[in-house]
Amino acid sequence: MRPFTYQRAGSVAEAVKAVGSRDDAMFLAGGTNLLDLMKLQIETPAHIVDIQDTGLDKIEKTKDGGLRIGALVSNTALSADERVRKDYPVLTRAIQAGASGQLRNKATTGGNLLQRTRCSYFYDTNMACNKRDPGSGCAALQGYSRQLAVIGSSDKCIATYPGDMAVGMRVLDAVVETMKADGSTRSIALADFHRLPGDHPEQDNVLETGELITAVWLPKPPGGRHFYHKVRDRASYAFALVSVAAVIQDDGSGRVAFGGVAPKPWRVEAADAALGQGAKAVIARAFADARPTEENRFKIALAERALAGVLAEARNA
Amino acid sequence: MKFEAPAGSNLFDRSQIVGKSTPRIDGPLKTTGQAPYAYERHDMANQAYGWVVGSAIAKGLIASMDVSDAQSAPGVIAIVSAPDTKPVGKGIANNAPLFGGPEIAHYHQAIACVVAETFEQARYAASLIRTTYDRSQGAFDLAKVAPDAPLAKGDDSKSTLGDFDAAFAAAPVKLDARYTTPDESHAMMEPHATIAAWEGDKLTLLTSNQMVAWAKQSMGKILGIDPANVRIDSPFIGGGFGGKLFIRADAVMAALAAKKAGRPVKIALQRPLIANNTTHRHATIQHIRIGAEKDGKITAISHENWSGNQNGKNGEDATLQTPKLYAGANRLTANYVATLDLPEGNAMRAPGEAVGHLALEVAMDELAEKLGMDPVELRIVNEPKMVPGSPEKKFSDRNLVRCLREGAERFGWSRRSKTPGSMRDGRWLIGMGVAAGYRAGPTEASGAHVKLDADGRITVETDMTDIGTGSYTIIAQTAAETMGVSLDQVKVELGDSRYPKSSGSGGQWGAASSTAGVYAACVNLRRAIGEKLGFDADAATFEDGSIRSGNRSYKLTEAGALSADGEMTYGDFKDDYDVGTYAGHFVEVGVDAYTGVTRIRRMLSVCDAGRILNPLSARSQVIGAMVMSAGAALMEELAVDPRFGFFVNHDLAGYEVPVHADIPTQDVVFLDTLDDIVTPMKAKGVGELGICGPGSAIANAIYNATGIRIRDYPLTLEKYLSEMPAVA
Repeated sequence: MRPFTYQRAGSVAEAVKAVGSRDDAMFLAGGTNLLDLMKLQIETPAHIVDIQDTGLDKIEKTKDGGLRIGALVSNTALSADERVRKDYPVLTRAIQAGASGQLRNKATTGGNLLQRTRCSYFYDTNMACNKRDPGSGCAALQGYSRQLAVIGSSDKCIATYPGDMAVGMRVLDAVVETMKADGSTRSIALADFHRLPGDHPEQDNVLETGELITAVWLPKPPGGRHFYHKVRDRASYAFALVSVAAVIQDDGSGRVAFGGVAPKPWRVEAADAALGQGAKAVIARAFADARPTEENRFKIALAERALAGVLAEARNA
Repeated sequence: MKFEAPAGSNLFDRSQIVGKSTPRIDGPLKTTGQAPYAYERHDMANQAYGWVVGSAIAKGLIASMDVSDAQSAPGVIAIVSAPDTKPVGKGIANNAPLFGGPEIAHYHQAIACVVAETFEQARYAASLIRTTYDRSQGAFDLAKVAPDAPLAKGDDSKSTLGDFDAAFAAAPVKLDARYTTPDESHAMMEPHATIAAWEGDKLTLLTSNQMVAWAKQSMGKILGIDPANVRIDSPFIGGGFGGKLFIRADAVMAALAAKKAGRPVKIALQRPLIANNTTHRHATIQHIRIGAEKDGKITAISHENWSGNQNGKNGEDATLQTPKLYAGANRLTANYVATLDLPEGNAMRAPGEAVGHLALEVAMDELAEKLGMDPVELRIVNEPKMVPGSPEKKFSDRNLVRCLREGAERFGWSRRSKTPGSMRDGRWLIGMGVAAGYRAGPTEASGAHVKLDADGRITVETDMTDIGTGSYTIIAQTAAETMGVSLDQVKVELGDSRYPKSSGSGGQWGAASSTAGVYAACVNLRRAIGEKLGFDADAATFEDGSIRSGNRSYKLTEAGALSADGEMTYGDFKDDYDVGTYAGHFVEVGVDAYTGVTRIRRMLSVCDAGRILNPLSARSQVIGAMVMSAGAALMEELAVDPRFGFFVNHDLAGYEVPVHADIPTQDVVFLDTLDDIVTPMKAKGVGELGICGPGSAIANAIYNATGIRIRDYPLTLEKYLSEMPAVA
């Protein structure tokens, strides 16, 4: 771990000002991912701005009947919130499918969106990784890729976004609210928040230097039946091979997003439209541009079967 | 004391304490955080922190190493670097080089150690070391090199009986299949950790090691010093599973760094180093052929095994159980070891047998299917009278058939559908599987020192270790029983090389051997008391703090303070016997008809291991081993990247072991058997028996649930998803 200076910000304005245009400074929220990465010398900030005192820990009703979730609301608190459980159960189920109880107590809403990939080569600083060390190459492309992306990847990177919460939020059409270093705010649809790697896998998302996530907005409840089905080798505390978040209406229409398959929560509008035609039609559209490796090709069939299970449950409701 | 004839009736047949479920006497120390684990010891002043740097390549040479920035980083006290250090020696059963010189034999081999005032300073300074390498080609792919692998070194690497080829050719029913098992990591909770300190030429290691006497000898060999000048202290061990049988880089680097720093140095191997720096269970390729008559009687059985290791030495011999389990006149076993440049393969819980069962016990299930026989009955039909692979030998005590029959009854085996894929519970396909288990029940010489104080309290001292197994408690039970005092009158001190040499913990020999050694020492103490008070101790009864000899009676306290050494050794009569432990393992699984995910629903193991010294801790051993076997069957695999020659998933996020949610109800039943041949206690180990078989029962249950047979472990869903029935 590189030595760093530490500052505790008392407000959002103070926090964004403290990071400002310093690209060697980082915000610290729950720290469940950042501190690990610092210990492994994968992240090497020189300055840390701790935002835990910035008051972003509230869940509020919005004017249009949705929720505004403060960036510091813990995974545990968010998944247990009565309004979330009642109106957005896909989100509760997604969060509770992730990590462990201890981690969910500490992990935050904003931080979780910024969780970095779990690619083994990203984690081993002896290995080439364009995400960790731009231009060094990608050891994973021809390597151990069972867990890695089947779609949305590039010749520079096949990392997956590993989280669950964001997959649930994606199917809810969530919007990320941020404040930039100059104090201005903006709203970014979650669909546009995570980047595909292209030639710059080091950029996981569209945040600018010094830009802080302040909240996540959920539109008014979508109704329907909510599902989060996570497929993994062990029953708990494991990243998804494939996960399916779905909201299915009584008429069979709905929305579906996939986790564990791409550098971002994977949702394709044309695939949503095919939900009434069954899992095969959905997968054909959602994974039309898939470029799997030999080791992870199974994920596409797995996604189809997992979705079929979800649709069967929806039918039998 | 030498054990030279079958035990016969003795005091343990009337035992009040041995054989009774007893909570760990060291439990309160552990639950209150007071048990001194190696890295957390404070009984050595002025400790500095060491950080080990691992090689970035798997094979080749260090071309250059620049430590100047690290040297001048804040808090740095000393740096030990491989190019500046002459290669150290090798320890007992140590295959890969441990440290020194430019040569790299495997990924994450230790190449430097930075010592600093704080842990964080040492870690940061280590990141400033700049190393360049000359990479060379290596052999990293077992499947590629296995066909040319020679037989393992040693006399028993190939053994034949009768004419396998002819009998197999003539057999009306044949099974011929190949199985593979991957490299596995011990993944114990406590990393390898050591605090080292020098006083002149005397070295003390506060460490975490299963075999104190081996560690002492090994450190002498490694550092080129007199082992008499080495003290090892390892009173508590946070899991070992064979990974801590030997000296590893933590101890070597701590010793070298402490010398250079001129003060004690503590090191814990960081988790990402453990998979590649230390040892692992080797991957295997196994070929099994079995020929049988139509009534299920085996006429021919062959088990060939391939694994690989550094220097082509010491592979994983998966054939070990095959000469023991089933009858059959024509036999072949062969064990081949290729040379690989992966990190060192070495002992992991039931080396050989754990993965041998994963193949053999699935082969038996496949044979039963071909015969149209119940797999429990197939095993019973082939129950041998003499040791099948060594017909000159008798079984000391063997109750495998009882294990299988009682297990089948308790588990409700009769409710299993013979037709695969025909039991269902909602979206889950349900299957049941069975496997037999065999694991040797060895004993090793073991000694102890026993003291009686003036208040009638007993203290036992031995270099035996407790790796979470419950050694403290069974040793206390043994001393209490033999000396006729209550358990709370006994204190047990373990793990210090200043105490008499014991068996140590490994190979499932610890419980039987160390308690026999303590019994021997107690018998000598009883005799010393008898001599002092004037009675024949061997004819006396020690009970409730008193001694009865004929019509006379004494209080133990009348003897005053006395002590005695003792050691149990073993006579040749044992060579006429095969001493083994046996189990019948039963598992029910559910396989998700949609995703192919397998989840275990029930597990039962019925065990035959002689007297169970402490049923509470023995059960804990068996359920732990069942969990480990479930991991081997369903998820554990060190993934090899053959381009770079290393295990890629080298942390606990990448190397998945079962969590609580994976493990359902586990039932363990111990048969009330006694083995007269093993020790006076008539007890055998169980710590490895529980990992021999449950994984194959899982594989067989998956077949019963789905009709799909997977022969490559772990049985992850991508290996059978395409064969699963279509879903709408």
